[in-house]
Amino acid sequence: MSPILFWVFALMMLIFGASVVINRNPVASALSLVVSFLGLAALFVSLDAFFIGVIQVLVYAGAVMVLFLFIIMLLDLKAEERRKLNLAAIAGGGLVTVAFVAQLWLVLERFPLGEKAFPPLRSGPIDDVREVGTTLFSTHNLPFQVVAVLILVATIGVVILSKRELK
Amino acid sequence: MSLTLNHYLLVSGLLFTIGFAGVVLRRNIITIFMCLELMLNAANLSLVAFSRFNVGENGLPNYNAQVLVFFIITVAAAEVAVGLAIIVALYRARQTTHVEDINSLKF
Repeated sequence: MSPILFWVFALMMLIFGASVVINRNPVASALSLVVSFLGLAALFVSLDAFFIGVIQVLVYAGAVMVLFLFIIMLLDLKAEERRKLNLAAIAGGGLVTVAFVAQLWLVLERFPLGEKAFPPLRSGPIDDVREVGTTLFSTHNLPFQVVAVLILVATIGVVILSKRELK
Repeated sequence: MSLTLNHYLLVSGLLFTIGFAGVVLRRNIITIFMCLELMLNAANLSLVAFSRFNVGENGLPNYNAQVLVFFIITVAAAEVAVGLAIIVALYRARQTTHVEDINSLKF
């Protein structure tokens, strides 16, 4: 991928990510988050991770964000916009952000292994999904089963949590 | 100028910073939750970047990192489902999603 496309998608991701934080309307925040995730999926594709890019669009930008929007519409969140800003929190958050970015810059400046350009891949077609699937089902089979149990537990937990009366 | 691993790590770190600043700044639980998702995705981006820049003997990226990203996405989806159910239960009990209104556990 050309550097121009990289910067276009990276800036799209970062600007809409910042607009998630800045927007006071939760619906606008959620829609910005969708655009941010689409930019992230494009960056995954630029790294030749096509399967992860597709999953990102399907699961995150599709399923998870629709769930978020459902909940935001379900709850009436008009009161949020009338609140006045907490200046102490803004000052603290800004300070932490500046410190974090400075530290990030210092670390990356002293990281010579990160200076190398894209290493070439094998020529010919690469079965991305097949390779991920083979690794998933051979090397990481046990964690895969554990994740299945986790999802079952999450499903049961959600059903119990959304019952009217907890007894 | 060609792209290097540091570019991807920088963008990933900036995305993490945005998410972290959102968690510190915002007082609405749903927005805080969305910023948590941003932070998870920043970790995913750096994992995929490390995978692509670590090409093995056979000329393929390191797919272990991509499997880890797959697990992170799955766990994050389960986390969102449970978290939003908790938020709905909370709203039903207290009619608010503002963290400063919920301080029963505060000493």
